[in-house]
Amino acid sequence: MTDTTPSFPIREAVERRLAKRYRSELRFRSAGLTAIAVAVAILCVLIGSIMSEGLPAFTANELVLPVTLEQEMVDPEGDLSEASLRRGSYSRVLQDAMRAQFPEVTARNDLRNLFSLYTPLNATRLMDEVLHDPGLVGAPHTFTMPLADDLDLYLKGSLVEDRTLPVTGRLSAETVGEDLVLRSTEADFAELAAEIESAMLVEATALEARSQQILAAAEDALPLDVERMQDDARRQSDHAAALRTDALAEGGYLPLDPDVPSVIIESGGLAYRVTGLALSGLEARAVAMPAAGGSLNAASWTLYVIDTPESRRRVSDQVIMWTRSLVDRGMIQASFNTYLFANADSREPELAGVKGALYGSILTMIITMFLSVPIGVFTAVYLEEYAPKNRVTDLIEVNINNLAAVPSIVFGLLGLAVFINFFGLPRSAPLVGGLVLSLMTLPTVIIATRAALKAVPPSIRQAALGIGASKTQAVFHHVLPLAAPGILTGSIIGLAQALGETAPLLMIGMVAFIADAPSLGLEGFTQPATVMPVQIFLWSDGAERAFEARTAAAILILLALMIGFNAVAIYLRRRFERRW
Amino acid sequence: MYDAQIQPTVYHKNAMGTSPVKVEAHDVSVSYGEKQALFNVSLDIPDKSVTAFIGPSGCGKSTFLRCMNRMNDTIDGARVSGSLKIDGAEVNDKAVDPVVLRASVGMVFQKPNPFPKSIYDNVAYGPRIHGLASGRAELDEVVEQSLRKAGLWGEVADRLQDPGTGLSGGQQQRLVIARAIAVNPEVILMDEPCSALDPIATAKIEELIDELRENYCIIIVTHSMQQAARVSQMTAFFHLGSLVEVGPTEEIFTNPRDPRTQDYITGRFG
Repeated sequence: MTDTTPSFPIREAVERRLAKRYRSELRFRSAGLTAIAVAVAILCVLIGSIMSEGLPAFTANELVLPVTLEQEMVDPEGDLSEASLRRGSYSRVLQDAMRAQFPEVTARNDLRNLFSLYTPLNATRLMDEVLHDPGLVGAPHTFTMPLADDLDLYLKGSLVEDRTLPVTGRLSAETVGEDLVLRSTEADFAELAAEIESAMLVEATALEARSQQILAAAEDALPLDVERMQDDARRQSDHAAALRTDALAEGGYLPLDPDVPSVIIESGGLAYRVTGLALSGLEARAVAMPAAGGSLNAASWTLYVIDTPESRRRVSDQVIMWTRSLVDRGMIQASFNTYLFANADSREPELAGVKGALYGSILTMIITMFLSVPIGVFTAVYLEEYAPKNRVTDLIEVNINNLAAVPSIVFGLLGLAVFINFFGLPRSAPLVGGLVLSLMTLPTVIIATRAALKAVPPSIRQAALGIGASKTQAVFHHVLPLAAPGILTGSIIGLAQALGETAPLLMIGMVAFIADAPSLGLEGFTQPATVMPVQIFLWSDGAERAFEARTAAAILILLALMIGFNAVAIYLRRRFERRW
Repeated sequence: MYDAQIQPTVYHKNAMGTSPVKVEAHDVSVSYGEKQALFNVSLDIPDKSVTAFIGPSGCGKSTFLRCMNRMNDTIDGARVSGSLKIDGAEVNDKAVDPVVLRASVGMVFQKPNPFPKSIYDNVAYGPRIHGLASGRAELDEVVEQSLRKAGLWGEVADRLQDPGTGLSGGQQQRLVIARAIAVNPEVILMDEPCSALDPIATAKIEELIDELRENYCIIIVTHSMQQAARVSQMTAFFHLGSLVEVGPTEEIFTNPRDPRTQDYITGRFG
């Protein structure tokens, strides 16, 4: 035995580097985990923001209105024929029904506001109902229609900022001269009055500062501009002075004009719009507003404040109070937004739906699928299994790969030049859309199919050829079925891409306002239509605020379609794989 | 060490004498693109016996095997010259359809390659595409007979609808043999059929080859000299693309005439 300790030089060398190796592995793994976490977080934020924006659009506030379909009104000929029913005055029916709910509204201007609670297009819907069932004529009928988009947003709480303040005192009303004075036993108005007053003073200070700025700037300005700027400055300072005068509240009364928050006192089914608040907080001048009706309840009353000043919103206090009154009467109900699915596009957001775009997408996808998948798969089979490898096939291959990278709008231009201008196919038609999208999808399908065919082990081909199968038999009996999952995945990815494509359709006129859904029959292929992503694009451009939510809702519907598409792909892939 | 390209063409007559000649090769050369893989091979192969091709890797024995059912046609740039006759009929003739040829010359590959289908469908595929069975009952019969001949029937009779890829390696290789004999070929080519199998599965395949010899002309390429000695009646030794020596197996292994054969079988190179 020797007393030297055994040494393991290789082991030591390995151990020296071991910690470093593990560290680098850890670094790599944590980098991967971080990447996934970031991706998931971004996805969650994206989906979450679309959801929070779009989900409200899936419910709609509907006005359930009892209407009387007088024969002389809707059936001028009196014979219940379709021609006669079509000439009926259905908007009058709706107007009369609204007036019946608010008999105290008589002024022409007020009536116009009252009728703005719904869109006049609903008269057509009522006519359709009557045409569908002429038995309704002469009988009382309950007509359900969507509330105007702004009021729908108001009820969902996204149009104005409002709040209900707590009160403690008992309320009493008294008519003093021309004014109605409401008194509370406690200083319930004090806090609100102080708040509005200080807001007015802040506003006045800001206006004065702005006026000073303009005057300062005017000194250096061109002589031509000086006068205009001085005018501007004077206007601003006048406004500030007016605000200060109001805020100083002569006689302890703070006048409320449309530039400050609206204050409404509601009690026992009655409503009063406050025109002046006493700084003492004990009394308010007010005018009566339309309401469900009832009598003043001294003990139970609320102070409803709309913080968005009337001058800065699209709906007046009056219209809001009519809406609240209808809600109190139970005539407005929130329900699932069937209009979103049952209607095609409309200028009125409350009636706009995705049906037309959905049908357009389905028709377009049918054309795309039946063109690009067979042509693409057979092209790939020929190139991969039969074509000799030479310069020509190399050239073809390079070009196919390049086509996959061509910006999609170029395919749109091609479609415009070839299909519409040369072959004279109709504009805006799903047929042309499908053809253009097929061109775009073909390279994807070909490349995916070739990759799937390449992945089939050559031993399978040899086995088939070895027992005397012809080349075609080997391909169709053995190679294609084995490649099917890959081909399916590639094709569906290509189709999903086509489903979400907008740019090429711009060129062939599928970006248009189309109020009728194409029919799902053969003739639908040549009727004008749009597709889902184009609908989203159009709505995102819509002037009405209610289109915002509908845009997000349409995105959600498109995402659901995509998820459905991919689920089908996964299902089919699993099924085919299980067979083997 | 030995330059094959200057080797003279040796025409080896069938030394078995007893069996009729099944395959006659004369001056067969094969090149893949610029590279020549086989040089002027001439060889007679007897019927109803096992002929083994041995030799180091890349010596051209598999290439020669693939000439017999024209599998070289499926490789881009492969050129075959010379004459190769099976039962007196030229194989390389343009008029011969490889599909017809391959129906009578079955092939078993190095790695078991059953189709990813059921056991039944694997065996029935050949008869189906060639229309060899009219009706379900007849097809069932062909499948059963083929599986029996391949010695697999007892193991799979009750699970014919299970996927062929679910069998063990040795079973898969016997399934592939059953698939090959289902079309009733005259010649069966085996390209290293046991190289991916364990010794027990190998023994079973060798036993099977010995049984099949009664009815078929079997040509087997193998890297294992013991296997060649065990299963074959005739052995051909290839080296660098040339046929070096051919003769009855016993003679090749006990008394080789060529020093290269001697070196190879004694393990001095390879």
